[in-house]
Amino acid sequence: MSEFLLLRHRNIGEEGIAELDEYLRLGGFQAFRKVVTQMSPQQVIDLVKASGLRGRGGAGFPTGIKWSFLSDRFPRYVVANSDESEPGTFKDREIMERNPFQFLEGLMICAYASQAHVAYNYCRGEFWQLVDELQSKVIQLHDHGMLGDRIFGSEFSLQIHHHLGAGAYICGEESALLESIEGKLGQPRLKPPFPADRGLYQQPTVVNNTETLANVPLIIERGAEWYRSIGVEKSCGPKIMCLSGHAKNPGNYEVPLGTTFRELIFDLADGITGDKRLKAILPSGASAPILPATDVVLDTPLTYEDVSLVGSQLGSASIILLDETVDVSWAAMKTTRFFKHESCGKCTPCREGTYWMDRLLHRINNGQGDHEDANLLGEVAKQITGKCLCPLGDFSTSAVISGLELFHDDFTQHVRNGNGSTVELSE
Amino acid sequence: MTPKEMVVTLRDRYADEIETILERYPAEQKRSAVMPLIFMAQREEGYITGSAIDEIAELLDIASTQVVSIVGFYTLFYANPGGMHRIQICTDLPCALRGADEFAEQVCENLGVKLGETTDDGQFTVEAVMCLAACDKAPMFQVQNSSGLTYYECQSADDVNVLVKELRTSPDDLDETVSG
Repeated sequence: MSEFLLLRHRNIGEEGIAELDEYLRLGGFQAFRKVVTQMSPQQVIDLVKASGLRGRGGAGFPTGIKWSFLSDRFPRYVVANSDESEPGTFKDREIMERNPFQFLEGLMICAYASQAHVAYNYCRGEFWQLVDELQSKVIQLHDHGMLGDRIFGSEFSLQIHHHLGAGAYICGEESALLESIEGKLGQPRLKPPFPADRGLYQQPTVVNNTETLANVPLIIERGAEWYRSIGVEKSCGPKIMCLSGHAKNPGNYEVPLGTTFRELIFDLADGITGDKRLKAILPSGASAPILPATDVVLDTPLTYEDVSLVGSQLGSASIILLDETVDVSWAAMKTTRFFKHESCGKCTPCREGTYWMDRLLHRINNGQGDHEDANLLGEVAKQITGKCLCPLGDFSTSAVISGLELFHDDFTQHVRNGNGSTVELSE
Repeated sequence: MTPKEMVVTLRDRYADEIETILERYPAEQKRSAVMPLIFMAQREEGYITGSAIDEIAELLDIASTQVVSIVGFYTLFYANPGGMHRIQICTDLPCALRGADEFAEQVCENLGVKLGETTDDGQFTVEAVMCLAACDKAPMFQVQNSSGLTYYECQSADDVNVLVKELRTSPDDLDETVSG
């Protein structure tokens, strides 16, 4: 099992790739030049479709197909989703810090394929220094004639702007992100219409995750066949897995899709802190069901299909490890607190339900719960599921429902013992 | 002492920056500039003043209440003054698994505050915040102050003590800042 450095370092070990000269020396922007001077937008879309690239932000939707859905109206926009806010996710930041030009090149190719002349990079507000850096790189690209009017003497022109978020997880949801660029509250829109038809300023818009875009130059350069040779049939290409929690060596690991949990956790990251027993895994941050660390789960390949077969989601691959000492009711309290804070307030079940779950989980964790509280918690969670405009409502119940199902004793032990931990109500 | 009577507007002070911000969006979509303008205005006092809200609304042809709602919705915007330095510790699940709650408690104890409170000298506010995308480097926090926002990763309570010493302005300097 070996790691790739395709997305984070353009396959070189050394630093320096963040400098334009070095990036160009290593063949950077040849892909962009090729598409602008030799390919039609449709050819680019077909190539990306053929590569099998799927969205790395969480949903795993095929990227080329997304691009092909654009309505036949102009102007069009492309937007990079660099809002990276899922607990346990820290990959887009590393791409933008260490290999910024590959991401920008991907965004530029996406704009060409979409026939958009303006691209926005929506970056979480906490990354403002990074955005300053990126902005200086955008200016460099203008100076080199790769942004601006009539790029490489063609008819194609492109501007890239950055837009800073201001601390709202919900803006990672694409329609909320677009609302936010429009200067409104970051609340999801009712879909359809989808952004491909009515996106930014009601115009056809493509929204792609940062990591997704960083794959695109490689696909243009090396072809769809090469890309498909990495990973497995339906989940191909390299993927950055963000490993956190009780991993001995937490961090980003860039591996082919199809690598197993066991290979990632034990071969690459050296196992669990303090060599304790692994109890459970949250494969997609706070958003997807918890998995028990059984042999079946550990031998599951990290693909969109396989993780879903064992009852969870690969999502953005923000893998949080819980060792044997962790009380899952406490972990659920943590994820619920997050969603309570991040609920945008538009849909009642999510807005009210996350508060209700939070109170119940505090009561349970404070040892003040009674035997009915675990059942009530499950009931409340089930009443949120499937009843909200965006997935955040469902996300908020994932850890709760799966936790109750798999680790029910963790939720009732405080009641039984009558001496639960002393977690303080923080809000 | 405070130059309240001298009305220096954002337009006076940041004319070029305002123009650069507005250029990023289509002319008929000025409202898009509301977030960058709030960030800009917030640099002044560490929070958004009523006059800044009115001026931003005027610049963008929207109602002041619309600007207020944006300030209220987004976590990084502040409607009220806090400490000169906001120490914002991530205590979400991945960080908490690596000791962030105990770390936050220790930082609070060392500064003599509770989470959400500001030190008596008005210099430091300690807050627990949501995920900051640095989960592999917990415990971690960001410091927000007039020079922007800075990440501190793989931290111990002792590291924070050193940082607090560095950041803490002596009472003399503080007087100077206010009168200067």
